[in-house]
Amino acid sequence: MDAELRVPIAADADIVTARQEGRRLASHLDFSPSDLTVISAAISELARNIVEYAGSGEVHVRLVEKGGRRGVAITAADNGPGIADISLAMQDGYSTSGSLGLGLPGAKRLMDEFEIHTAVGKGTRVVMRKWAR
Amino acid sequence: MQVPILKQRDYLIASIQSALTDADLLRLRDDLVEQVGRYRSRGVIVDVTVLDVMDSFAVRTLSSLAHMIKLRGAETVIVGIQPDVAFAMVQLGLTLSSVATALDLEEGLVYLDSRAKPGTGTKRGR
Repeated sequence: MDAELRVPIAADADIVTARQEGRRLASHLDFSPSDLTVISAAISELARNIVEYAGSGEVHVRLVEKGGRRGVAITAADNGPGIADISLAMQDGYSTSGSLGLGLPGAKRLMDEFEIHTAVGKGTRVVMRKWAR
Repeated sequence: MQVPILKQRDYLIASIQSALTDADLLRLRDDLVEQVGRYRSRGVIVDVTVLDVMDSFAVRTLSSLAHMIKLRGAETVIVGIQPDVAFAMVQLGLTLSSVATALDLEEGLVYLDSRAKPGTGTKRGR
């Protein structure tokens, strides 16, 4: 069993690949079907942000272990324009692209842990984790 | 992957067969908006039973689809949202609040029968 996978993101078809492959990898752990759907949805939102705002980037999914718990860690990274105001970007309904503005705040609600590292002109890197039962 | 659209009575039934890309979803929307006119349909059913996830783009596209179909004079109902998909949608904050939904295809047909406008011919009754 591979413990990690990388999906290059450059077009909308890659969004589907990332969420399907991520779900497949996570299914090796003891996640409920609704957990797997949640993981898949979170990957989809972050992969779409890469296509929408940065043009290209990468989704990295790996199985992790901490303190006896197993889980999945998802990193979505790009070298795009970065986010000028993170607190605005994390607000429900805020969007600069005409989308619903639920991608980042929605993904945060879906996962157990969520970190975002970004600077204008230096890209964006989101790391999120969900722990299996 | 193109979504097959079936014409049944006054209704169009779009039965999604596999995961869709953003482009596939937009094409489905545009096809339905066009075909509602071509076939003079009064109702549209979009069957999403096979989708194992609905993200914000899918929800936004289905909402705009239903709105456009409404502007064309027909009703839309989304059927077959799975329990786990509904759970994730609520967590994400996605609502589909202005779009009719039904449990499955059968319930969707019942809904359209109750809502779709009666025939364009002479008015019945009265």
